[in-house]
Amino acid sequence: MKCRVCRERAVISVRRHNAGFCRSHFIEHIHRQVARTISDHHMFGMDDRLVLGVSGGKDSLALWEILTVLGYRVDGVYLHLGIGEYSSDGLLFSQQFASERELSLRVVDLGSDHGFSIPEAARLTSRVACSACGLSKRYLLNQAAAEMGYDVLVVGHNLDDEAAVLLGNVLRWEVDYLARQRPVLPTSDGGLVRRVKPLLRVAERETAAYAILRGIQYEIEECPMAAGNTINRYKEWLNRLEEQSPGLKAQFLFGFLDRGAAYFPPDPPELLACAECGRPTPGETCSFCRLKKVTVLRIAGRGV
Amino acid sequence: MKVILHQPRREIEVSGPGSVKALLNRLDLVPESVLVVRGNELLTDDVRLRPDDVIEVRPVISGG
Repeated sequence: MKCRVCRERAVISVRRHNAGFCRSHFIEHIHRQVARTISDHHMFGMDDRLVLGVSGGKDSLALWEILTVLGYRVDGVYLHLGIGEYSSDGLLFSQQFASERELSLRVVDLGSDHGFSIPEAARLTSRVACSACGLSKRYLLNQAAAEMGYDVLVVGHNLDDEAAVLLGNVLRWEVDYLARQRPVLPTSDGGLVRRVKPLLRVAERETAAYAILRGIQYEIEECPMAAGNTINRYKEWLNRLEEQSPGLKAQFLFGFLDRGAAYFPPDPPELLACAECGRPTPGETCSFCRLKKVTVLRIAGRGV
Repeated sequence: MKVILHQPRREIEVSGPGSVKALLNRLDLVPESVLVVRGNELLTDDVRLRPDDVIEVRPVISGG
């Protein structure tokens, strides 16, 4: 296979664009896709203070690299969620990446800051691991971004992540979630920091390829608590459809954003200050504080 | 040829597949869900593989 641009040997085929790319033209292509997403959705400008949620995986590290190459100044925040070797390896990859490029990385430790880990929350409450993890990450990333005075919280969700979440939301007709599935979630008065997804146009296979081609070392092994989870299953199904109909994932996601989303207008609830932590919540106590309270009480009760 | 797989990491011996595409078929893997790497080089589906190759099949799906 040849590169679409220069006719040299291709290193990757992007079937939805019916194109192969050599290393340098693929990297250029990815930079262009991300720059276009930032511009089309007015995500942020050069003067905004940006913080990126970093996991040590391919998406967040590739995005940190891309934004840095595009000229943005981006700090990172790593959430240590206490998932054994997976968390400690993710931290090492993130620290190595940041130190090689002289970027600033702050570490938030769920165990030392809040007294529990995600495996403990999953074991001691009725929440499944990915649900406890997702709500904790949303809370901790927003809290870190707000407390440190950042304008924009950047997350590494890619095209496959968004398409799989959309599939789940459509299969169960989660209209409230469909109303919140947007490339940009705006700042709210209650203390939610603007949250953006610049990898929206980049497939998961492409962020992995970008990381490899740029020599970025990242965590390859999957989170032991996420193996076989619903979103990963949806991704496999979508990839099987994509094999038969290249471009289908992008059509599904961008068809929704361009033409479907208007039928699910955002209806943000009025936010109050959480009775426990003071962070914004639609209820009296936020879901993170409820999770924390139950988990910590049960850890104390069981002496674990 | 030696093939390195992940999640969990393991190594297997595979004999005779002609191309990357044939290897993925043999392993029942969806090309959209993996990348195939030889050394530091990414391989497209049409690349011919050699018996003495060490091939890494890297999954690209990650949750969370």
